[in-house]
Amino acid sequence: MTGSVHALIQGVVLGILTGGVYALMASGQTLIFGIMKVVNLAQGALVVLAAYLSYTLFTSFGLDPLLTIPLTTVIMFGLGVVIQLVFLRPLKREDSAQLSLLVTFAVALLLEGFMSVVWKTTYRSTNTDYANSSWTLLGIQFTVVRVIAFVLSLIALGLLFLLLNRTKFGRAVRATVQNPMSAELLGVESKRVAALGFGLGAATAAAAGSVYGLLYPFNSGSHYDLISELLSIVVLGGLGSVGGAVIAALIVSTSSAVVATVFSPTWSSFTFFVILILVLVLRPQGLYGTVERGAL
Amino acid sequence: MVRGGVFVAALVALPLLGFEHWVLNLMIFTLMYAAMSSAWNLVGGFAGYPSLGHAAFFGLGAYFVGIWFQHHDVVTGYEPFVILPLAGLIAAVVGFPIAWVAMRTRADVFAIVTITLLFVAQTLAFNLDSLTGGAQGLAMPTPPFELARFEWPFYYAMLWLLLTSMALTYLSMRSKVGLSLDAIRADEDKALGVGVHVQGVKVLAFSVSVALVAMAGGVWAYYETFTYPQFAFDPIITIGMVLMCFLGGRGTLWGPVIGAFILVPGQQYLAYRLGGSQFYLIAYAGVFLLIMLLMPRGILPTIADRLRRRRAIASSSGPPPSSDVPPPSSGAGTNVPVPSGGAA
Amino acid sequence: MTALLEVKGARKAFGGVHAVDDCSLNVEEGSITALIGPNGSGKTTLFNLITGYLKADGGEFRFRGRDVTGSDPGALYRQGLTRTFQQARVFPHMSVTENLVVAGAYRWRDLLVPRVLGRDRSRADALLEEFRMTHVAELPASELSYGQRKLLEFAAVLMSEPRLVLLDEPTAGVNPVMIDTMERHIRERHAAGVTFLVVEHDMQFVMRLCDPVVVLDNGKEIFSGPPTEVQQNPLVLDAYLGT
Repeated sequence: MTGSVHALIQGVVLGILTGGVYALMASGQTLIFGIMKVVNLAQGALVVLAAYLSYTLFTSFGLDPLLTIPLTTVIMFGLGVVIQLVFLRPLKREDSAQLSLLVTFAVALLLEGFMSVVWKTTYRSTNTDYANSSWTLLGIQFTVVRVIAFVLSLIALGLLFLLLNRTKFGRAVRATVQNPMSAELLGVESKRVAALGFGLGAATAAAAGSVYGLLYPFNSGSHYDLISELLSIVVLGGLGSVGGAVIAALIVSTSSAVVATVFSPTWSSFTFFVILILVLVLRPQGLYGTVERGAL
Repeated sequence: MVRGGVFVAALVALPLLGFEHWVLNLMIFTLMYAAMSSAWNLVGGFAGYPSLGHAAFFGLGAYFVGIWFQHHDVVTGYEPFVILPLAGLIAAVVGFPIAWVAMRTRADVFAIVTITLLFVAQTLAFNLDSLTGGAQGLAMPTPPFELARFEWPFYYAMLWLLLTSMALTYLSMRSKVGLSLDAIRADEDKALGVGVHVQGVKVLAFSVSVALVAMAGGVWAYYETFTYPQFAFDPIITIGMVLMCFLGGRGTLWGPVIGAFILVPGQQYLAYRLGGSQFYLIAYAGVFLLIMLLMPRGILPTIADRLRRRRAIASSSGPPPSSDVPPPSSGAGTNVPVPSGGAA
Repeated sequence: MTALLEVKGARKAFGGVHAVDDCSLNVEEGSITALIGPNGSGKTTLFNLITGYLKADGGEFRFRGRDVTGSDPGALYRQGLTRTFQQARVFPHMSVTENLVVAGAYRWRDLLVPRVLGRDRSRADALLEEFRMTHVAELPASELSYGQRKLLEFAAVLMSEPRLVLLDEPTAGVNPVMIDTMERHIRERHAAGVTFLVVEHDMQFVMRLCDPVVVLDNGKEIFSGPPTEVQQNPLVLDAYLGT
């Protein structure tokens, strides 16, 4: 294979593999938006917190991060519910639309501050022994962790899909996303769905965070880059659409990776910004979002 | 009005009163944040679009001034101040298309773009190192001011920025710009429906706002001499602006100023006592959350409301009318659930 | 002669639901046209399409002979096509006078001008007098009763001297006295040359006031004619009583 084609394919592979993780993180975020109409600016911080948790479990107890995912997921789910109950629910009706955004932003900062106090600001990375090994197939390098991350994300997304489509809770969530008023009339308790939905969004961050720690070095400030990317993905996919978020994650991730391998890694961090602007100029509702013009 | 005049006069006279350098230094930062918070208020308070990336323009102004003086000389020491309006203009020109795209849909999407913008700006500053010096930073020529009154030019520059910002805010409030912004903030779609130039006014507010913030960045770059990407594009700058505006009262003239005058000295004091920078992130976030949960309209409107209530009870004229400072309500473009939901 | 408002083949679907399905109607200048239909017939969606709050999937919209398909509400307002909302949307923290002035379709160059100029005030005062609301001129709109808010909203859109006013259920949630008031104002304005398109459920109101009456069912217009004929028409009866 010629050099640049090879680089392109490598980039695409890399993008798809990482895309899975981002898809997982983004799906939680867009789900929260769908349920509560709130952009959760703390999603990145939740992922990083989960990364720290699995890192600590690994370095202190030698537990493989992949095995501790169920534990971190439960912890983060609880945290998500608490955050919603303590910080978001008390907001009064008239203020809630605008303030919720800023509240999640403040929560993100709170988490960042907390993490930097507990774990200091040195970069961490969960370095399991398989962290650096890779396979080579047809001249393309597949790092073991990325493949595992991808598979894991697929499993988690699959579970999420099952949850949303086969359980009573999932039905309640989907009803609330589609039409909150009708859902309430049909007996769905929107307050409970909101709290549990936020918990669910945080839970996806947990699974993603454990994997994130394996892939990238991180510190308390990493949530900024992460949230910027996640937000671009969610906008591209269409706010509120989980399927859209998954596809968008793959698109953004692949584009970034291709730009990194074909051009230079420094420019790959702009890819998502360029994509964000393009979406807003060409199709503001994203791939699967609805065009909204406010109350009708 | 009179109290305001006295306050301003006091600020003008302050350096003449012979305070120590650290006091003037503190005041420079207080005035800087007051000016920036007041500028942020135009977009986040009056228009109802919370920008979470204003620091991007602060850094833009800082780097513009820094880069300018890589190629020009500083002789009298006042050239950087003269160049400030140009920095403001550049920021407005850059901000205009960004605002146009970012403010088209809803306030949340706008916030998203601004956060992302800040991150991108910082990365650009790090990577375009031939222009910006990258991680090594950019050096400004040392200001040739006499040591005894070193802070004075910077102090008055920041004071001028604050007064400009407040003057623009006041003008806006009293003109149809303010009328339009009030309508946009209350019910943007209805405002559009009655012919308000919604997009134009929003973008105007944003452009003016970022111009002011960029000029502050320019003064800061000169004062600090060295400009580094992580400090010029520090999210803490945005957070500070936003928090101070919220604390004092969004959508008011004096709110951001009060917020700055409380928080900047407060934060300096905490830093002095507690040391480590990470705690004050928790403190900022904590204060922010407390305000939003307990006193979302900020100090000024809450006090105004209480006074009004007391006056109304005293004259027993029945329940008082709501405060004339409109709280930011359902916000731009967000969905207000309506029973019809589709076909009727 | 072309009608003031022409809608040809409008289409709008939400998911799989065709709220508006190849719908056409004309509003003649100088008429008070009614738009009625059972729940779910697509009236509100059509309304939103015409006034620019929703983008149509297909179809053509012409106002005053010009193609306005896809225009946004602000552009339409400034061309003389205005609307009120079912829930009477006003700006709650602004005074009644300011609510009127802000709807005055002022130009770009007027932006730096004081909030309420002398001439704004006189125009607003004239409307306030017409609507007998002078005594509440300086109250914040949030303190008005629901009926008063509906009147305010109606008065406000008249500030721009529109050609066509779309009224979204003007009598909904309003007491009978206010219904009379509303009717009177519509008639007065109509006599002064304003055309109306009214979505309504109150049949007696429609019968008294409107001609022609357009009936919508399942997103399509099924009848258009004088009110006396509406009640006899079998298609209309079918639509309302169901099969």
